[in-house]
Amino acid sequence: MKMEIKSGSEAATALLSGEIDHHNAKELRSQLDKFIISVQPALLVMDFKNITFMDSSGIGLIMGRSKLIKECGGSLEVKNTQPYIRRVLRLSGIERIVKIT
Amino acid sequence: MEIINEIKFTMPSLSVNEASARAVVSSFLIQADPTVEELSDIRTAVSEAVTNAVVHGYRNTKGNVELTVKLLANREIYIRIKDRGCGISDVKQAMEPLFTTAPEEERSGLGFSVMESFMDILKVKSSVGKGTTVVMRKRLSPHEN
Ligand SMILES: Nc1ncnc2c1ncn2[C@@H]1O[C@H](COP(=O)(O)OP(=O)(O)OP(=O)(O)O)[C@@H](O)[C@H]1O
Ligand SMILES: [Mg+2]
Repeated sequence: MKMEIKSGSEAATALLSGEIDHHNAKELRSQLDKFIISVQPALLVMDFKNITFMDSSGIGLIMGRSKLIKECGGSLEVKNTQPYIRRVLRLSGIERIVKIT
Repeated sequence: MEIINEIKFTMPSLSVNEASARAVVSSFLIQADPTVEELSDIRTAVSEAVTNAVVHGYRNTKGNVELTVKLLANREIYIRIKDRGCGISDVKQAMEPLFTTAPEEERSGLGFSVMESFMDILKVKSSVGKGTTVVMRKRLSPHEN
């Protein structure tokens, strides 16, 4: 599990790689939260291009970051989700809260 | 139902074994040549059940999680995930979408919903203080050749 965060002028992008499960979510959560709290980006985009697996732990991860970033006055988007990941996301109704493409 | 092949895999309730369980299932299923989607469905369902055993079943303790995978005639996959953890007092309620006893840990209460929608059959047996057994089945699409 790897993550690379880039801060742009309009949006910050977190490029995640590997598998999102309960084991890996902890580390991702703390890295993302550290970034959100210190940088307070207006928009954070989680790029799922290199994510090869995600279960319901990913839903908790996205929901939790969405909540935190809203409290900091920003918003969250998730992009490049592959079809099988979108099937997990659809079950949660998270698409009504976070823009997912 | 005739069993063509079967494996049993026992692992301690460490979160790193969520990935081990997925890897074991994936490699066992190669012989059945599932579609990419079928394999992804089964891997996700297994991940949910093993995570539940680690996160909830053995919440304040440690123990073993047992994974059994069978390839049955008619291309049916049988999966059983068993823990001897705390058990579930109300299984019906636990299986309701969005029900969770661990919201502060960012659990979303969707594990059973994922298992139910990604597999054909889901059965949960649990008794408080004794543990939980999850049985799932999925029939793979007919083989083309
Ligand atoms: N093996 C188990 N042992 C004890 N309790 C369990 C077990 N599996 C599930 N539960 C109980 O059932 C509830 C619902 O499980 P489910 O997997 O649907 O959601 P969750 O694990 O809480 O959240 P998510 O899976 O979305 O992260 C859990 O919160 C827990 O109380
Ligand atoms: Mg769960």
